[in-house]
Parts: sequence; C-alpha cells; structure tokens
Amino acid sequence: MTASTNLADICVVAAAEAFRGNGEIFGSGMGTIQTLGVRLARATFEPDLLVSDGEAFFVANNLPIGGSDKVIEGWVPFRQVFDTVWGGRRHVMMGASQIDRYGNSNIANIGPWKQPKAQLLGVRGAPGNTINNKTSFFIPKHTSKVFVEKVDMVSGIGYDRVAKMSKWTRDNFCLPRVITNLCVLDFETPDNRMRLRSVHPGVTVDDVIANTGFELVIPSDVPVSRGPSADELSIIETLDPRGLRNKEVA
Amino acid sequence: MARDKRMTLDEAAAHVKSGMTIGIGGWGSRRKPMSLVRALLRTDVKDLTVVSYGGPDVGLLCAAGKVKKVVYGFVSLDSIALEPHFRSARQSGSIAECVEYDEGMLQWALYAASLRLPFLPTRAGLGSDVTVVNPQLRTVTSPYADGEELLAVPSLELDAAFVHLNRADMHGNAQFLGPDLYFDDLFLGACDTGRRFLSCEKIVTSDELLKNGSFHTMKINRSMVDGVIESPNGSHFTHCTPDYERDEKFQSAYVKAAADPESWSAFASRFLSGSEADYQAEVKKWHDEQKAQA
Repeated sequence: MTASTNLADICVVAAAEAFRGNGEIFGSGMGTIQTLGVRLARATFEPDLLVSDGEAFFVANNLPIGGSDKVIEGWVPFRQVFDTVWGGRRHVMMGASQIDRYGNSNIANIGPWKQPKAQLLGVRGAPGNTINNKTSFFIPKHTSKVFVEKVDMVSGIGYDRVAKMSKWTRDNFCLPRVITNLCVLDFETPDNRMRLRSVHPGVTVDDVIANTGFELVIPSDVPVSRGPSADELSIIETLDPRGLRNKEVA
Repeated sequence: MARDKRMTLDEAAAHVKSGMTIGIGGWGSRRKPMSLVRALLRTDVKDLTVVSYGGPDVGLLCAAGKVKKVVYGFVSLDSIALEPHFRSARQSGSIAECVEYDEGMLQWALYAASLRLPFLPTRAGLGSDVTVVNPQLRTVTSPYADGEELLAVPSLELDAAFVHLNRADMHGNAQFLGPDLYFDDLFLGACDTGRRFLSCEKIVTSDELLKNGSFHTMKINRSMVDGVIESPNGSHFTHCTPDYERDEKFQSAYVKAAADPESWSAFASRFLSGSEADYQAEVKKWHDEQKAQA
C-alpha cells in the first residue's frame, strides 16, 4: 500500500532501494534525493550503512537535510573518503549531465574538452569512484539530452570500456542503478546494456523511450516503481521537513 | 631556538616568479589561502601553472590573466557549483593548457612528489577520458602474479606552495582546527624548500598550539614551511571553520560581478586594487551597506 504517489517520494524510495543489501559500507549521496535515499535505507532495511553529514563526519542519528544536531560516530576527512573509495567499501549515488547505454557518464564539460561549449565541474572523483566502488546515479530530468548515444567526456566509466580492462576491474565493477524522474534503470542484462527496471506511477514505457537518446533494453513486463509505506513516508518527512526533495524534481 | 619565519604577504608573494608551478591548498571554497592569492594578484607575475583542488583561487588568477596552465580535479565554489571565471576562461580557450585529473590522482601526484618517487600507481582514471585528454600519462604493469595494468600518476613537483591554517607559531609549526586538513600537507611536501608559505588566522607561541586542540590537529611541522604570515580572515570569502564560515553573501556578489566584464572591473577596482587591509576594510564596508539596504 503506497502512502504517497508524490514524485520526489517515489524517487527517494527508489534511491534507498539501490542500497538494499549493501551492508556495513559508506552510503554516500551527492544531492538531496540521493542523500535522503541513503538515509532512508539506513533508517529502515539497511541499518549497518554508514552515513555522512556531507562534510567530514559519519553520523549515527537520522540527521535531517541541513540539520546540525549530529551524533558523530566517525571522522572521514577527504583523505579517508578516498581511502574508502579505493578500498571499495562505499556506494555513491552521483548526478550526471550525460550518460550512455553502458553507463559512461559525464560531469566535466559539454562540447570538446579542449575548448568546451560549457565547462561543468571537471571529472572530480568520477573516474576513481566508478572503477573502485559501487556507483549509482540520480538524474532529476530524464531527457534525450542527458541519455545520449555518446557522452562528451567520459568522467565515470561504463561497462563497454570495463569489458576491455583488467580481470580485477571486470570482477569488481558495478553500477547498480540509474534513477530518474521517470523511472528506474539498471544494467542487469547479458551485455550490461541499460535496462528499464520500473516506471514511476503515471509514467508509461513509451514516455521513457521518447526521452532516451538510445535504445534501452525493455523487458516484456515492466513493473511500476513502489511508493513509500506509511512508516517510510514519516521517516522521509523527518529527514526532509522542509520538502527540499520536491525542488529537485520540479 | 628554531628560526623566526614570520614575513608579510607581499614578501611571500615576491618569491613567486613568472612561469613557476604553484600549488594552492584548501578545497573548493574551503580554507583557501586567499590573502596570499590576493598578494599574488598585486605582483606582475604571469604564465603560472596553478595546481589546486580549485575554487576562487583558480578563478581570480585566471581573471587576472596570470595563468598559463591549470592542474585540477575540479574547480567549484561548493555552495555555488561552478566557478564563473574558470568557466569563462575554459570556454573562451584563454588557458593555454589544462591537466584534468581525478581528485585521487591529484592527491597521488602530490604524494609522489612528497616522497620523491617518480610516480604512484592507481586504478583511478583508467578507462576514463582523463587518459585521453592527458596523452602524457603512462601505465605500469604490476610485477607480481596479478600482472595488472595500472595508471602511473607522475610526480607533480611544485616551485611554490600556499596554504592557510588556523594557527601557527613563528617557526612554521601549524594546526588545523576545522574538520579536514584537505591535502595541505601534500602541497607543502611536494614543494621545493624555500618557497613554502603558510598563512594563518593567528600566530601563537608553540606551547599554545596544544591548548587550542588535540595533538591530532598538529599535522604541519616547521620542516615543511619556509614562511609564516599572520593573516586574520585570510581565507575570506572561503570558510575557515571554526574561526569563521564561508561568506555566502559575498561569494554570491563575486559570482554576480563575474558575469560581465564591466561589473567585474568595478568589483576588482573596489576590492582587489589595494592592500589586504584595504580589502578587509572594503568587505566590512560592503556588508554594512548591504545591512543598510536590507
């Protein structure tokens, strides 16, 4: 029984589901929906997750977005974050300005790198994240400008590139989910091409296809993304009392 | 008795010559040695190679036309994602050369230099376009049974380094009181002896350091530092917690001013044409004006 069909709540639950089964690792979210997803997962079905305040501390309590009433259970300055990434004990949910069918992602620049049409962040930690720890994505506006045939700068690596890399990389590489305002996607196909996993309530498979710039793997039966239970909704509201999540998918 | 290394911002900046490679500590818009950067803006050096987890330091040096090359993992103002001057410099092609690394690769490059190693191996960057836009990068094969091919991140040696810490003594022993040292120790470690400059909020006696925070905060010792500059509010407008938070209002004004050449030139002539004391006084005046308007 769904307690909410609000799009942001559906996205938060889908983000939380990406962390199911992860156990005692660092669940890291870049952005409001991603952060709420990790914190919801930890507050419900994945209690062993470690969750940070987005600065330099692990917090043990259910910290609301922007909250300062922290129960600090550990110190993770950037150097230790990098160590945790390279040690593989982390699952990060990032954003992406472009992503392709194998999960190659771009946050660096649009247009040629030499002189970009739009300089974005730079590759940041995307190369190291994707090759070292689980990396998922949340994309607030699913369009064919984001879901493209070929990204302009491969910041985070995808399955086609990994297929040509070392055995270690092939064995360890994992992009669990891509969550958008329309649907949930994964790479659980024989050749790791992007697959439609579920559509959000009110969204059709055709809506997703029409807004994706490449051919997705579409199973014969596509379920509807689940909404939050009453308990989950109340936790989401505790974690985000000001409803900042709604601004991300407006 | 160890040496007294106190000096002024301008004395430190005078050690930087055109064409040098300069590493700047901090992270994004956090605990940046901004007063040292502002001192550098007052010199006539140019053609710098700037190495940074970039924020407004990179932006200001680009806007002043002092940069030939940037080595970065990102350039961001944190609460405002994109740095406006860096952005327009990249989009107009005005930076002659860029080296874009994964954040961890940059750490490795500085760490290799600190340890006097030619390179350090990693997986970070492999398979990504970082290896395409940096054709100088090489790989190395593990000599052990696994035989894995790894990226060999080359050592990145600096000619000069600027960092800003919360407290220091006059000998260069220094302390961070905020949540993160970032990679300041590696910027100092990667730099030649002679041009490693550390500004701080307050110079204290050596025995006072331990009264401010636990020994874990004393990560910088005097063998890593050549010059110490007391520069209160020296990280402005970036944060220097717990001494002060980021000046978000002023950072927004900076971004707004950067939007067109006319408003930028007005901003630069008001805030960046005088001494550090002039800058701090103008910032204070600006805040008073904002309050009066509100």
